[in-house]
Amino acid sequence: MATLELDRVVKRYGSLEVIHGVDLEVPSGAFCVFVGPSGCGKSTLLRMIAGLETVSEGEIRIDGVRVNEVPAARRGLAMVFQSYALYPHMTVRQNLAFGLENLRTPKAEIARRVAEAARMLRIEELLERKPRQLSGGQRQRVAIGRAVVREPEIFLFDEPLSNLDAELRVQMRIELKALHGRLGNTMIYVTHDQVEAMTMADLIVVLSKGRIEQAGPPLELYHRPANLFVAGFLGSPKMNFLPVRPAEGGVRLEDGTLLPLPGTALGFAPLTLGIRPERLLLEGAGPGSIEGTVRLAERLGAETYLHLDTGAGALTVRTGGEAAARPGERVPVRLPGEACHLFGPDGRVIRCAPRG
Amino acid sequence: MAALQRRIGPARFAWVFLVPNLVIFGAFTYLPIALNLVYATTGGLAVLPGERSFVGLENFASLLDCKNYLDPSSCSKDLFWRALFNTARFVALQVGFMILFALITALVLDRKIRGRGFFRGVFFYPVLLSPVVVALVWRWILQREGVLNAWLVAMGGEPVLWLMDAGWSFFWVVFVSIWAHMGFYTLILLAGLQAIPKDVYEAAEMDAASPWRVLTRITLPLLMPTMLVVIVLALIKGVQTFDEIYVLTGGGPGSATMLIVQYIYETGFAAQPRLYGLAAAASLLLAGLLMILTLLQLRLNRKSYRG
Amino acid sequence: MASLAGPGVVDLLTRTRGKGRLHWTDWLAYAYLLLGVFLMFGPVVWVVLSSFKSEAQLLEFPPTALPYGQPSVRVEGYEEPLPLFRVRLPDGSVAEMAQVRRIGIQAQMVDPAAPQRVIRVDINEREPVRTLSLATENYTELFERFHFLRYLWNSVFITVVATLLMLLVNSMAAFALAKYDFRGRDVVFVLTIATLLIPPTVVLVPVFLVVSQLGLLNTPWGVILPGAATPTGVFLLRQYMLTIPDELLDAARMDNASEWKIYWRIVLPLAAPALAVLAIFAVTWRWNDFLLPLIVLSQSEQFTLQLALNSFKGEMHTQWGNLLAMTVLTLLPITLVFGFLQRYITSGIATTGIK
Repeated sequence: MATLELDRVVKRYGSLEVIHGVDLEVPSGAFCVFVGPSGCGKSTLLRMIAGLETVSEGEIRIDGVRVNEVPAARRGLAMVFQSYALYPHMTVRQNLAFGLENLRTPKAEIARRVAEAARMLRIEELLERKPRQLSGGQRQRVAIGRAVVREPEIFLFDEPLSNLDAELRVQMRIELKALHGRLGNTMIYVTHDQVEAMTMADLIVVLSKGRIEQAGPPLELYHRPANLFVAGFLGSPKMNFLPVRPAEGGVRLEDGTLLPLPGTALGFAPLTLGIRPERLLLEGAGPGSIEGTVRLAERLGAETYLHLDTGAGALTVRTGGEAAARPGERVPVRLPGEACHLFGPDGRVIRCAPRG
Repeated sequence: MAALQRRIGPARFAWVFLVPNLVIFGAFTYLPIALNLVYATTGGLAVLPGERSFVGLENFASLLDCKNYLDPSSCSKDLFWRALFNTARFVALQVGFMILFALITALVLDRKIRGRGFFRGVFFYPVLLSPVVVALVWRWILQREGVLNAWLVAMGGEPVLWLMDAGWSFFWVVFVSIWAHMGFYTLILLAGLQAIPKDVYEAAEMDAASPWRVLTRITLPLLMPTMLVVIVLALIKGVQTFDEIYVLTGGGPGSATMLIVQYIYETGFAAQPRLYGLAAAASLLLAGLLMILTLLQLRLNRKSYRG
Repeated sequence: MASLAGPGVVDLLTRTRGKGRLHWTDWLAYAYLLLGVFLMFGPVVWVVLSSFKSEAQLLEFPPTALPYGQPSVRVEGYEEPLPLFRVRLPDGSVAEMAQVRRIGIQAQMVDPAAPQRVIRVDINEREPVRTLSLATENYTELFERFHFLRYLWNSVFITVVATLLMLLVNSMAAFALAKYDFRGRDVVFVLTIATLLIPPTVVLVPVFLVVSQLGLLNTPWGVILPGAATPTGVFLLRQYMLTIPDELLDAARMDNASEWKIYWRIVLPLAAPALAVLAIFAVTWRWNDFLLPLIVLSQSEQFTLQLALNSFKGEMHTQWGNLLAMTVLTLLPITLVFGFLQRYITSGIATTGIK
């Protein structure tokens, strides 16, 4: 258990700066997920924390102690790699024991910890096998086991589930979360998959282009995104964005409809209105009602995503599984004012929808 | 071609593509293998097999006729046994040290090195030189008034007749042969090293492995399949060494550096009379040895692909 | 072992992560590599430098690093040019003088400016004047006196024809083995690969018989033909051709292409990368070949460069100048090829594992 602090951390490769001064505090015992599109710097940041990449500027602290110069092995961390990086010539048991042997842990202690980890991860019967004799999911467990036996202060995961098929991924997600519950360690988890981020994290850190866009608990980020990037990145289907102009008592959509938004600070610059698909209502009465043509109906059984073309722009509506709308049909749709976010020209949020 | 294809049909046309290759193989490989057996079991000085008299295993018997197999001078074909012993000693030393230095060089080149391509090329360059050129280059350095003796004298030593002394001559034969071929094995070992995934090293770094443990527990075990293949390959090539030594020392002084292939060449072509039967028998014994080594290599190859 | 070898050696052989500044083991690694440069290039460089030395200078001990020459001057009254020396005169002054002749430990010297007066000096009081000069006669004599062009032509002819023939014959066989399904294919393939087990050294005697019975002794074809079919080449090309999709061939058949045309116009161009690798190997094999030419070619006008070099070694035991020049000319083409294609060659070898 340890806290992790990043203080204006910068990474440069030659003259190319890829991480631009990241500040972050991860409380002890938190499950923290770094999420962002590929190339956003999340893996680099994780590798800097691990000690596999140098820190160009700034400070990384574990439990308040600066670790910039501490070699990877002495930071009290363990890492699970995307490719698992199991030692191919060693048995599972040797894979688990290797790190402990390096630290000159007594033999009995090694045996105890390996047995315990194997039991916890249900890989006891695999201990004498080589990695190539294991399935993807089993390798994944061994990789986690190799981290667990080290009894680290902090676990690091670098996209550990990306090589698994969809079904196994869901299962491992649950197991990892359970593991966190049992061990209680601080965990830093990197993924590009926002579903993994939402379901597993206590603390989500959304990264883009080497900067933190927003950090906070999942629902906080979902309901109160600080900017367009976070609003668009989290949630599936994506939040709808419509160009609007400020108007007396609210904003005006592109088709001229006035959407009353009480208490909105106004200006003249064009704004972006955001509204989640599940907050749109298929009804014609009340303020903010417009009409749209159904372009496509995606029926998932339990729910239906209707893709509409309206005079104000394209909208995706999430509605019940039995929705009757067919392509080409015209349907009414209402944008309730209390569900709308407003973003300024610079992408920052101006008005958040109250939780609901 | 088109007319030919109409006559024999496209499926059997494959044989048209195969014929040139098979004819050449037949004339210069398959037929010679059969002829080798004929030569080895016949005697006399005639070149044409028809004019030679059948002697059974006499050639083999005379080659293998020894009172004491550890003492070449007690054998009726003592030169054959000297060549055999020389070859064994040469191969053991040459392959052993060459693989060791190739491994060291490959490990150094696998570090983060500026100009790796250049240095890799440097070690590889002698591999492309012809054996004759290699031998002449070193003859020039090792001659009595050569640059090596000049250094020796400058350091206050006495000039040495490097290639006239049996011990030194053997040393230089091994040295030059390593010099000429090491780059090839370095290259293959380096390829093997670079095929080890980078993240395995990172995992070891996270696992607090010391550099020495990374070398002995990760790098070398993972390089082992490549190492085995390389060693057997070097053995096969080493047993067949001829040209560079023939030009460098001519097998001398005396027969101190004469290897088995030179013995075959001298017996069959350089000596008067030309003893084709004896040469063929000796080459069949060599073939047997090489066959064992090659089968070993094929086995290892298959294993390393599976592994 | 760890304690014996010490941390230095250990770190040298283990992977550096190259973080930050150069560690002292990095310096050690560079030192090792520079020693390698010296050991690998040094001998060849030494031969190149030596090949520009005059016959007299080659006999000098200890040798100088660079080729020097002793300039000579024409002096009035003497027919031959006289060599220049720096002489310490009895009065202590030093002058450059030409030597007329040497008698025992005395030398007769003459001042080129005043050729009438001859002075006798002790030979220890004079030393030759030295200037950098290239003894290019080592090279020019090769062309004038030693049939160098003949050997060069033989080598080039054999190398070029044998390489082309080998590429053609091997690629045809590889094509048949990779792209046709016919009875006996596996037998042929196994027979081909099995010849890997029969290195040329083993069938030396009977190959000589076959070559001589075909009337090819002392002709370039006696060297070219036996090496035209190689298991390595067939195997390498076949493996590469297996990666060419069969659909491509079928499409060509739909377009009415004959089987030969499919081979010549479709498969060969697509196999160009593998052909290029094999071509480089073949050129070096042929250019450097020694044992087969040694038994097949016994008349000196048929000699390749390698054979000529070998025979000069005996014949001209004292004429190192020409021998060194010829060595340099023989290693030059391979060195140039390597210089331009280094990356290509090394990666080709690393991936195929042949040489």
